[in-house]
Amino acid sequence: MTPTQISQIAFYFFAGLAVLGAILTVTVRNVVHSAIFLITSLLATAGIFLTLGAQFVFAVQIILYVGGIMVLFIFVIMLVNLDVALHQLQFNRQGWVAGLLALVLASQLGFAIWFARGEGSLDIPAGRTGALSPQNVEQFGLALFEKYALPFEIASVLLLVALIGAVVMTKKRV
Amino acid sequence: MSALLEFLKTYMWPLIFALVIVGVLPLLAGYVVLMERKVMADMQARLGPMRVGPHGLLQPIADALKLLIKEDIIPENADKLVFWFAPVISVTAAMLAYSALAIGPFFQIAELNIGLLFIVAVSSMGIFGIILGGWASNSHYSLLGALRSTAQMISYETAAGLALVGGVLLAGTLSTQKIVQAQQGGTWFVFVAPIGFFLYLVASIAETNRAPFDLPEAESELVAGYMTEYSGFRWAVYFLAEYANMIVVASIATTLFLGGWLRPFGSIAALDFLDFFPPLCFLGVAGYCFYRTPKQPEPIQSGVMALFGGLCLLLAAAMALPFVPAFAASKAGVHGAFWFLLKVSLYIYSFMWIRFTFPRFRFDQLMKLGWYFMIPLSIVNVLGLGVYKVLRQLQWSRWPAFLLTTGGTLLVAIWLVWLAQRKVAVPGPVGDMTEAEG
Amino acid sequence: MADTRISGFPGAEQTVLGADEIIINMGPQHPSTHGVLRVKLRLDGERIVDSECIIGYLHRGVEKIAEHRSYQQFGPYVDRMDYVAAVSNGLGYCEAVEKLLGAEAPMRAKVVRTILTELQRISSHLLWLGTHAIDIGALTPLFYCLREREEILKIFEKYCGARLTTHAFRIGGLQYDTYDGFEQEVKRFCLDFVHRVDEYEQLLTENRIWIARTKGVGVLTAADAIDMGATGPVLRGSGVKWDIRKAMPYAAYDKYDFEIPIGKNGDTYDRYVVRMQEMRQSNRICLQAIEDIPAGPIMGKVGKVLKPPVGEVYHSIEAPKGELGYYIVSDGTTQPYRVRIRPPSFINLEALDKMIKGHLVADVVAIIGTLDIVLGEVDR
Repeated sequence: MTPTQISQIAFYFFAGLAVLGAILTVTVRNVVHSAIFLITSLLATAGIFLTLGAQFVFAVQIILYVGGIMVLFIFVIMLVNLDVALHQLQFNRQGWVAGLLALVLASQLGFAIWFARGEGSLDIPAGRTGALSPQNVEQFGLALFEKYALPFEIASVLLLVALIGAVVMTKKRV
Repeated sequence: MSALLEFLKTYMWPLIFALVIVGVLPLLAGYVVLMERKVMADMQARLGPMRVGPHGLLQPIADALKLLIKEDIIPENADKLVFWFAPVISVTAAMLAYSALAIGPFFQIAELNIGLLFIVAVSSMGIFGIILGGWASNSHYSLLGALRSTAQMISYETAAGLALVGGVLLAGTLSTQKIVQAQQGGTWFVFVAPIGFFLYLVASIAETNRAPFDLPEAESELVAGYMTEYSGFRWAVYFLAEYANMIVVASIATTLFLGGWLRPFGSIAALDFLDFFPPLCFLGVAGYCFYRTPKQPEPIQSGVMALFGGLCLLLAAAMALPFVPAFAASKAGVHGAFWFLLKVSLYIYSFMWIRFTFPRFRFDQLMKLGWYFMIPLSIVNVLGLGVYKVLRQLQWSRWPAFLLTTGGTLLVAIWLVWLAQRKVAVPGPVGDMTEAEG
Repeated sequence: MADTRISGFPGAEQTVLGADEIIINMGPQHPSTHGVLRVKLRLDGERIVDSECIIGYLHRGVEKIAEHRSYQQFGPYVDRMDYVAAVSNGLGYCEAVEKLLGAEAPMRAKVVRTILTELQRISSHLLWLGTHAIDIGALTPLFYCLREREEILKIFEKYCGARLTTHAFRIGGLQYDTYDGFEQEVKRFCLDFVHRVDEYEQLLTENRIWIARTKGVGVLTAADAIDMGATGPVLRGSGVKWDIRKAMPYAAYDKYDFEIPIGKNGDTYDRYVVRMQEMRQSNRICLQAIEDIPAGPIMGKVGKVLKPPVGEVYHSIEAPKGELGYYIVSDGTTQPYRVRIRPPSFINLEALDKMIKGHLVADVVAIIGTLDIVLGEVDR
């Protein structure tokens, strides 16, 4: 078994898990189970990042999505009554809207893949091989704070706005 | 076949270390429990476990056996699959975290570039075991415990993470090996960032659900919190996860703030005689064991005592190994592990000391402490350490830079305490009912 | 769309968060309800919206039993009401019957009764302190408290052979005289105990967490306390200076000099301080009393068969938990016609609902602890 083989096996395993988790997330009836499968899916995605050598993204994926967002999800789910959700109609007649949206998303994704084929779209200072080097945390930071400083700051301002918005909205209610 | 051999050759040591950790950790956790009971007994003017083995030395094994053969009860309306799976999540997360910890320069499963981040990420998943276990039990006490746990974890993980950022800032790397190396020769980061260490100490107590922050399992309020409906082996697994987590946070603190496997005063040649401490320490314990051996009431107890003495002798011999010129190279590994574990033990001891001294916080007080004090202070702490680093780069000497930044952070801390005190000064029940209703 | 209204259980209302209110049963098997008290709590998150005390799990019909026992035979039964303060129960009962008979115990008996009762008060308060602290999460004080309580129980054991349900006194006086070395042992304990109280206070009184957990928690105003008939430290914690030992002296209390500590705000912290001070005062009484125990007989003139005249009597004492009253109606036979007991815990417990409303679950255990109830006495 060469390392390439191992990473290939790992990729297919994680990819399969991610897809399976995603499907189960939307099909199971119990909301908590749904959340568990979503976590599985997110973890599998993190695993894919790992096979790509993106260790930092792997850790961030787990900390943010699994450790942060999903915990809040489950927190809220536990507070509401599950029996109601169990008896709700799972699929309604808005399928065509969803289908349309899915189509749009798929075409976007396809376009992105086609556009980025061959070449890496994110330009990392040390070149593409850098993504696989063990020093990628440093390179990630440099890329983020030097080359992509403006988008980074814009994103952080956006998050700040969202944060303040959330605080204002909850304040008004009470 | 040759491919397999190649694989084994590459990954032999990590595999062995992983097996050692999986095998030894439950035992270690058991003995941490024994130590806790003994420390507690000592502080409370009693003896603690004395029956199983001399001085209760075999108590953990007896406890483990008892838990293994206990009836396994699953509540009637529990979500069985989740109920079954939840403790496993907890313990898996706790154990995974060990894979990146460096217990000495040699003993480490995987040297990761993102070491610390990996540990934080993986151990943050342990919370799911608690939440899902509490939810699946279908009991109100469990649910309340799980809810408390969630809110507590989210709040204190932020503070702990920011406290770690301070240390990482000083080290300039996330790799556990390099963090310790950054402290070699220089000073341990606890002396550069005492407030960061303090913040991590408090936050780590909260994260491991230990008193005075043990609200998710507060026995006098929620019976046992999320573990209320668990019994037997599943309960033992939760317990293992809890103590494993304690060792993890202690290891993180040791690595980042207490110089990891480095010997105290490692850079002062005059104090090199401290190198003799590890073997002498074990020798002393062995001597005491043999001294107590004839005083045991039962022959079998004497036997066990002698066995422990022999074990300590063996360890003393292992610690003395580096003094043999042929094995001098093993010094860093063997003594490193000793110092590392000693520091971890001291850190855990401080946990116990705190637990037996303080009453428990109330939930809203815990949240207030987290959000009004810990998180702001940890942000300021990161800021202060950043300033420290810049000042050092501007060729300031150590002391003025240290006093300036730490003093500034301390002032902020005092200000925060003053603010909090002003709020507490209003008596009466928490919150106003009429307001919440409208 | 399906019906999304939340309907969990009958009477559930939707709260601000859109979450259900949940009902939890605290007890009868719960680590900190001090016995078999059951408190049904309606919670919004962790805040108590409504509560209901359900008692009676330990009901043994003590008052009914009294109607079928002779006056002496009923003596041991009262020990089993407030089983952590059996001596006080016995004192109240014996004095009530003595009052009914028109007899009086000799001075020596009275002084010994006072000493033992005050020791019992200390031991009862010690147990309260330990369990109250453990309810709030401080594990260690309990063991220190039990260590000193053990000393007191040893004195009881030496005196009458029993530790818990002592049945130490007899109607008309005492059955046993003090043993050799009684004075010295009590004195040694009392002199030592002053420092022990300091030790407990060192752990708790100025502890920030302890203060945060107790100050402003479970406030009972003086007016409310009086309205509800609360007595003992619960009443005094609210700032009402009422102590039967001073107001209607019994046994030998009028001979000794002691103070009645009172609180100010009527919160859990004040009640804590009051009880700590009471231990010191009890200690003071013991030290004064032990100095000169008058010589003389230990048994007054009461016959072998007690036949009180037709009539009724109410006699109350200051038990560790509050006013313990005995109302006895005699029809001239050897058995009481009716005995009614006013247990302090039962009446103090009534304040619970009022005190916990709007608090958090964690405060409930603190407040149950601060009321210092014993279910044996509540249910009788």
